Amino acid sequence: MSGAEKRDLLLTGLLLCLLMLGVWWAQTHLNAYLIRIFNTACIYVVAATAYNLVNGITGQFSLGPNGFMAIGGYTVALLMLPMTQKQEVYFLQPLMWPFNAFSFPPSLFLLALLLGGLLAALVAILIGVPTLRLRGDYLAIATFGFGEIIIVLANNFIPLTNGALGIKGIPEYTNLWWTVGWAFWTVFVLKNLVNSSFGRALKAIREDEVAAEAMGINLFRHKLLAFALSGFFAGVAGGLFVTLISTVSPTLFTFTMTFNLLIIIVLGGLGSLTGSTITAVLFAFLQEGLREVEAPHTIGSWTFPGIPGMRMVVFSVILVILMIFYRRGLFGRWELSWQEVLNLLHRGKKTHGKS
Amino acid sequence: MESRNSRILYLENLTIAFGGLLAVNDFSLEIFQGDLVGLIGPNGAGKTTVFNLISGQYLPTRGKVWFDGREITGLLPDKITALGIARTFQNIRLFGDLSVLENVLVSFHVRTRSSFLSSMFSLPRFWQEEKQIREEASFLLEAVGLKDMASERARSLPYGQQRRLEIARALATHPKLLLLDEPAAGMNPQETQELMEFIQRIRRDFNLTIFLIEHDMKVVMGICERITVMDFGMKIAEGTPEEVRNDPRVIEAYLGVETR
Repeated sequence: MSGAEKRDLLLTGLLLCLLMLGVWWAQTHLNAYLIRIFNTACIYVVAATAYNLVNGITGQFSLGPNGFMAIGGYTVALLMLPMTQKQEVYFLQPLMWPFNAFSFPPSLFLLALLLGGLLAALVAILIGVPTLRLRGDYLAIATFGFGEIIIVLANNFIPLTNGALGIKGIPEYTNLWWTVGWAFWTVFVLKNLVNSSFGRALKAIREDEVAAEAMGINLFRHKLLAFALSGFFAGVAGGLFVTLISTVSPTLFTFTMTFNLLIIIVLGGLGSLTGSTITAVLFAFLQEGLREVEAPHTIGSWTFPGIPGMRMVVFSVILVILMIFYRRGLFGRWELSWQEVLNLLHRGKKTHGKS
Repeated sequence: MESRNSRILYLENLTIAFGGLLAVNDFSLEIFQGDLVGLIGPNGAGKTTVFNLISGQYLPTRGKVWFDGREITGLLPDKITALGIARTFQNIRLFGDLSVLENVLVSFHVRTRSSFLSSMFSLPRFWQEEKQIREEASFLLEAVGLKDMASERARSLPYGQQRRLEIARALATHPKLLLLDEPAAGMNPQETQELMEFIQRIRRDFNLTIFLIEHDMKVVMGICERITVMDFGMKIAEGTPEEVRNDPRVIEAYLGVETR
């Protein structure tokens, strides 16, 4: 490890400490509403950066992250739901074995999240084996189909998912520590991976599959690994999400979720983890901020009724404008590195000194 | 040729049909360790298809490919590269959005040993290996004269340098046999001259066997020790540049038959 890498690791550690201080401060000083938005933002960071690994870095157009989030979400819900709540919720049909026999204590929340992620990764491998042989539009359609299948299963496999009623009363374990922690961890791991030999191989596949293969890269194995890793983090994000809002139902993980993530990664720049992270936070705040456009308004003697869904119209307009003026998203494939932060600070100091 | 060297590549009755078209028909060829062999023929003769059959992009309909004493027919391209065959492409296929250095680094991936996990968690083992391959990559870039361009985007290089980068990228896989598909295409006489010297130099420095397709007769006649001529998917002549140049079938394939 050279000097620059040691410095970067040190700075990353420092950033983690700062984030922890920030969380500690936020817990006591911010109101519940703002904390809620920050939580959602961090979950979006986890899901979006993981999604970008497949779509932006590896260049495989997948439309299935909502399916992986649903798998993680339902797994965590079923593991963490207390026994008494399980009996209460499943009144249509009793909950099936083995979930009716046990429930994780709060101390095993991390294990539940990891299991949710691992199950999502496993499913990613299972569906990746046939679908990753497809390219472009075909892969998009196949993965879109997978997401829809998961939602149909969630609606109809009542002994496991309680159908359209969903599962209520999941303990709210998710707090800022969890969400910020996972967001940091996800970005850290993915950034390391993207800068490694493995990450270069993924980018080579994005650039030219034929040449990548001729340079000794096993296309299928690398795509599958990227897909599985992306599935893992999507599963974790789903688990965090259901324990944040304390309920899970099929409507939570419909295609709209994938669409939101797609907006985030395209706006941020396909292939830029920095972009996905920043736009994920922006998106979470905009989603709340734009509630105003859906509310009824009175201007003079005119009263406009609120139109639900107007927010998506605004997002779509933003997307169209961006695609016209910034075709590669806000950040393109640019990544923020410590070197650049230091350069920026240095330059700032210099100009400051001059004036 | 006296076979004092061992046979490194043997194509045994290779045939591939695309629908009703026999793109390569019963094509056999032997290449020995250290050879510099040229493959020529009119457009559409099936030269690049032969390369695609060797490197595993296509599966032959009939026939076998032997490399370094083992049969490699039907292996995936990445496996064949790992065994020691590297190639360049007729229409340059660089990783356009990656830097020049990264293009070369990609080729080391096949031999990197640090696992998925050690790179994910940025362990020391990963950094050690990363340092090592970066050194080797800049050595290669220096060898092809692209060291100053290392951080440029591959797409932004001028044409001749893109060709050389493709060769550097192929060399980074540590090949025993290098397949060059029209390396001089689109080059001016000056660049072609440099390229010929360059090819001979890398053959010596990296102890390579080179098999190249070329349209530029000056290149083929100038540096190849043996030449194979193809037409309509079949081998029509083989020998030293002198023999091939005077072969009536070759003249016929290139210039047509005189009619009275």
